[in-house]
Amino acid sequence: MTEPPVENADVCIVGAGPAGGLIADRLAGEYEVVVLEAGPRFDPEERLRRQEMAIRPHFDRPDVWGVGGERDAYSASGERFYPLNHARVKGIGGSTLHWQGMVMRLHTDDFRSGSTRGVGPDWPISYEDLRPYYAEAERELGVSGADDNPFAPPREEPFPNPAFPPSYSDSLFAEACESLGIAMHSVPNARNSEPYDGRSACVGYGTCQPVCPSGAKYDASVHTDSAETRGATVVDRAPVQYLEHGPDRIEAARYATPEGEQYRQEADAFVLACGGVETPRLLLLSESADYPDGLANSSGAVGKYFMDHLFAGAGGILDQRTRQNHVGFLTSESHQFYDEADAHTGPFKLEFFNYAGPSPVELALSGEQWGDELVSELRSAYGNSLAMGGLVEQLPREDSYIALDESVTDDHGNPVPEINWSVGERALRTIERANEIQHRILERVGVDIEWTVGPESTGPAYHHMGTTRMGTDPTESVVDPTLQTHDLDNCWIASSSVYPTGGAVNPTLTIAALAVRTAEAVAAALSGSRPERIV
Amino acid sequence: MELTRRDAIAALAAVGGAGGAAVGYRRLGDTDASESTLPDDGHVRETMVAVAEVVYPSELSGTEQFVHRVLDSRLEGAHGDGIRAAVAELDEQGRTWHDGAVVELSPATREQLLRETGADTAEEDPDGSIAERVRYFVVNELLLALYSSPTGGRVVGIENPQGHPGGTESYQQGPPNR
Repeated sequence: MTEPPVENADVCIVGAGPAGGLIADRLAGEYEVVVLEAGPRFDPEERLRRQEMAIRPHFDRPDVWGVGGERDAYSASGERFYPLNHARVKGIGGSTLHWQGMVMRLHTDDFRSGSTRGVGPDWPISYEDLRPYYAEAERELGVSGADDNPFAPPREEPFPNPAFPPSYSDSLFAEACESLGIAMHSVPNARNSEPYDGRSACVGYGTCQPVCPSGAKYDASVHTDSAETRGATVVDRAPVQYLEHGPDRIEAARYATPEGEQYRQEADAFVLACGGVETPRLLLLSESADYPDGLANSSGAVGKYFMDHLFAGAGGILDQRTRQNHVGFLTSESHQFYDEADAHTGPFKLEFFNYAGPSPVELALSGEQWGDELVSELRSAYGNSLAMGGLVEQLPREDSYIALDESVTDDHGNPVPEINWSVGERALRTIERANEIQHRILERVGVDIEWTVGPESTGPAYHHMGTTRMGTDPTESVVDPTLQTHDLDNCWIASSSVYPTGGAVNPTLTIAALAVRTAEAVAAALSGSRPERIV
Repeated sequence: MELTRRDAIAALAAVGGAGGAAVGYRRLGDTDASESTLPDDGHVRETMVAVAEVVYPSELSGTEQFVHRVLDSRLEGAHGDGIRAAVAELDEQGRTWHDGAVVELSPATREQLLRETGADTAEEDPDGSIAERVRYFVVNELLLALYSSPTGGRVVGIENPQGHPGGTESYQQGPPNR
């Protein structure tokens, strides 16, 4: 049975991913906090079973965390198909249960794209504004990293855990990169290189994405559990259907229960933290006479400017052993070309893969041979692959957006999200540029290049951004620089949906930093004081 | 190369114990095998060892003990019933086509039976056809355990295969005998 709503709640947080979990943890104890999460609470004891699902060919990626079906129905239109369910998770922990766990800070110029690159809006906050929160976020997530990236923005504090050492595979790239004048550096990982925060060090299961059985990879159940321990109420399987509101305030979140009931959770403050797709969807579903185009949408920007990072990659075969697939994470990258970005070419980062080519066990389960013939096949297929990846920025565009598809409904009869994804010429040019450098490096290593993911074949990195953008002008943005909605006095949005531009690094550390900052803003509002660090 | 107790433990670390990946074997009532006719576990174990002799590489030793140790926990729950039912059906095919249960057939005939069943080309499916279920619960059950273990990995050149918590040293090391 679902517990009834909490009386006299100070804060209601919608979504138990990293933003919701962190804010709940920060506010719990001092305030009466309720977290409403659409998905279930997953049993950590079941992670080996989920790992088996990740390896076995019978199961698709969304099966691992129970994604799909009527609950998660969606439509995809626009220039490119968007496979929304491939890498999202609904449940305590959110999509961090599935994620790769790469956690870089945005570069300084990412916050001022319009000013320095001549395209897109500037953020209304700077890197310096977010810098102390980045350090806190790194501590919260237990980031393993090293201050060896000459292209990263300035930092003062060391990472909480040492970086994972480079791989043997990285060493194959090193000489070629040096001869080409390309710097390699470590990757900040949200997985423990040493025991941290009660969680073990990485033990090398090699299935990081989509599941870490050891818990060494950070996921947001860490903070949701902590919040609960400190007094927060976390309600799972409680999808919010509608935000009841007047012209200036949200009064209650109406949520469904597995028993078919609907409850109202009232609170003084509401934080929407359900990601770049479900957050705008909930606002659009919460239309009213006061907000006929969707709640907090007097700007018309809710759902607009949907962005993702685009993948660029290439790989092939080397005539020596490359030692792939021992671990499922990356240890080296290059941000060398990132800040060459301008109006013509966007920022991008380069990744050196540790998991190029097939995993022998996965290959064994889908082959048509067994016995000695299978061994021959596996020896032939495994061991000589080498590959690079990369992420490319996509600019915000009006023709890339999240809307409601009124013709399709979910398991509660609500219109499903419709993803209209368009990426633009600059992003495609940037992919070409990334491919050019990737080919140059791979050829210098001696790789016989067999595949390239270029402008035609690129896909998303499943980083949903931009759909409730941050800004100072209420006619053009949804939230202000403190992430409070312009329209409502008691509603904040903590999500990558507030990013005015996306940069080209994985977004979760910035989500976490903004969440820590938002927790301060919410606490200040609840106590009637001015937040100390937020101007 | 010998499969050791450590390999069996490692395989279980990868695939877990009771339950397996599937939500469970759900089609017991749809097949010829009913719960009362499922073979006893001793027979299931012997059959799985006999199939392992076919699907495992010939250079391995210690197969019997390895399979027994893996099955110690994989025969629990609905997943275990799936294995039992698939073994029963494979036996039935063996008796129909070759006048004997799997364990009574020569290795060559065992292999022929598996291929006649279609388990070599079938895609695994715990709720699929006989071929797909034999692939899932018998052939792939054995291959998953082997190739996620250190010894199974080493056979194909990787000491820390996916699914094995072999630490964070091997990825840093170059190939042996460079």
